Amino acid sequence: MFDSELYDPELAKLKHLFSSRALTGETMVLNMGPQHPSTHGVLRLVLELDGEIIINMVPVIGYLHTGVEKNMEDKTFLKALVMSDRLDYLNNMGNNLVYSLAVEKLVGVEVPERAQVLRVLLVELQRIASHLVWLGTHAGDMAAQSLLFYTFRERDAILDIFEMISGQRMMTSYIRPGGVWRDVPAGFEEAVRAFTNGLPARLKEYDALLLNNPIWLDRTRNIGVIDGQTALSWGLTGPALRGSGIAYDIRKAMPYGGYEQYQFDIPVGKNGDVYDRYLVRRQEFYESLRIVDQALRKLTPGPVITSNRKVAAPPRSELGTSMEAVIHHFKLWTEGFDVPKGEVYVAVESPRGELGVYLASNGGPCPHRVHWRTPSFVNLQALPVMARQHYIADVVGIIGSIDIVLGDSDR
Amino acid sequence: MNLIEKSVAALKQKFGSTVLRVDEFRGETTVKVGRSAVVEVLRFLKDTPELNFSYLVDLTARDDLPAEPRFTVVYQLRELPGNTALRVECPLPGQETELPTVTEVFVNANWFEREVFDLFGLVFTGHPDLRRIMMPDDWQGHPLRKDYPVGYEEVQYTFNFKDIDRRKPYAKR
Repeated sequence: MFDSELYDPELAKLKHLFSSRALTGETMVLNMGPQHPSTHGVLRLVLELDGEIIINMVPVIGYLHTGVEKNMEDKTFLKALVMSDRLDYLNNMGNNLVYSLAVEKLVGVEVPERAQVLRVLLVELQRIASHLVWLGTHAGDMAAQSLLFYTFRERDAILDIFEMISGQRMMTSYIRPGGVWRDVPAGFEEAVRAFTNGLPARLKEYDALLLNNPIWLDRTRNIGVIDGQTALSWGLTGPALRGSGIAYDIRKAMPYGGYEQYQFDIPVGKNGDVYDRYLVRRQEFYESLRIVDQALRKLTPGPVITSNRKVAAPPRSELGTSMEAVIHHFKLWTEGFDVPKGEVYVAVESPRGELGVYLASNGGPCPHRVHWRTPSFVNLQALPVMARQHYIADVVGIIGSIDIVLGDSDR
Repeated sequence: MNLIEKSVAALKQKFGSTVLRVDEFRGETTVKVGRSAVVEVLRFLKDTPELNFSYLVDLTARDDLPAEPRFTVVYQLRELPGNTALRVECPLPGQETELPTVTEVFVNANWFEREVFDLFGLVFTGHPDLRRIMMPDDWQGHPLRKDYPVGYEEVQYTFNFKDIDRRKPYAKR
């Protein structure tokens, strides 16, 4: 009998993760990543192969760990917001939103109507932008390289809108506890309309490249299959779960930020393979466009941030005339505000699934504990389940189909 | 009687004094249970058909230094398809750092527990694969503990440059 522990102590530590055949040399252990273009960042996979077939897989993450949670504990509730942008760099608005919702729930502030509508509008634009990046990179991984250039062109139009309202293309920090930073400039609605009117024709072009493309069908159908119950037990959320036929969406299940007032459907797949997850996201473009359209109609003039000066800073214009405003401004940005002792968990539907934040306060101006329940982290855990018994070439497709962002999973 | 009240009553009846206390804050209910019963409590909440908290949303921990009990492990459960949320917390007595794993009840607790082990140093006995997940394998310490510094660099002035340089692990040449 082969004694692995005498042979290689490092390998022996991992021996329960691989079959005993790996230690006798009958199968091959192959490293993939972290510097691999199709791992969408710095994901490392240790694959156990029998020829080209994957017997087992161990994902190794943490290469992008930046200590976001620790850093947030060191800042006041308002300042910690800027860390949230940096988690999932394709879903900045959504991260801002979930953190703001959690702070609002802890403090108990009301958000003005116009801010609610703007939030929904921007988060849906962000979902489209994120899905565009996913579509381009996913298709690129599967050798349909040209799509990447088209989807990034459309995504840039959304980033231009974000730049217009917040001054930043990606790290927006625009949605804040109590509302949004400031009102959108003139020309915002026209810019959004111009984009949403143009997108459906572009989506048709993408369909022409992929939807019935025989190579795409061969490489995605019956690949990475996971059934609904298994997906649920692994905690999968988002399109990765909906592709398996379970219509679960936080926007419908536990509406937040006024989503209950919008009409939209939850697209679901049937087979739970890579192709169905593609179909689900493809349909989500249209659903997001519907929501953006409704939000634009709802947009009426009004305040965009709470008038509670203990939570939100006064507008710049008041600082010249009001002593109280100066005091509030100074106190908010130096000391912050005290938050009642307690803990909340708030979740939103990010483009990747359920994005939750667990926020605990011990009565002071800084969070006592912030924990991000990120969809990439949870969905990635089920990757070995989907990839077993597939060819090594299919791994890149499966990774793309669960749409991970390593900044999101490693935090 | 809604589902939360029903499950709290059922837990109190079945587990008695190991259910330490029940808190409500902003409409969220937290049940604190003793370490010895945490696995059974979660199994009961998951497998009882009329409760059916079958979805482990999140698992994390909290360090309440200098208070005791110091560490608390937090489980976020959700009932499907009704979406009722229930939080179960397990405070570890004193400064202790060991508790049983729940991977046998919820398969997706695996990485969550690895993360808590990595960042808080809590040991989940019986976990199938308890290795660091975020930090490098040879990392010293557990960053999310409250006695772990955020990592500001000590400022070196001309009069104490050498003293500080000597005790900075990363400044040696």
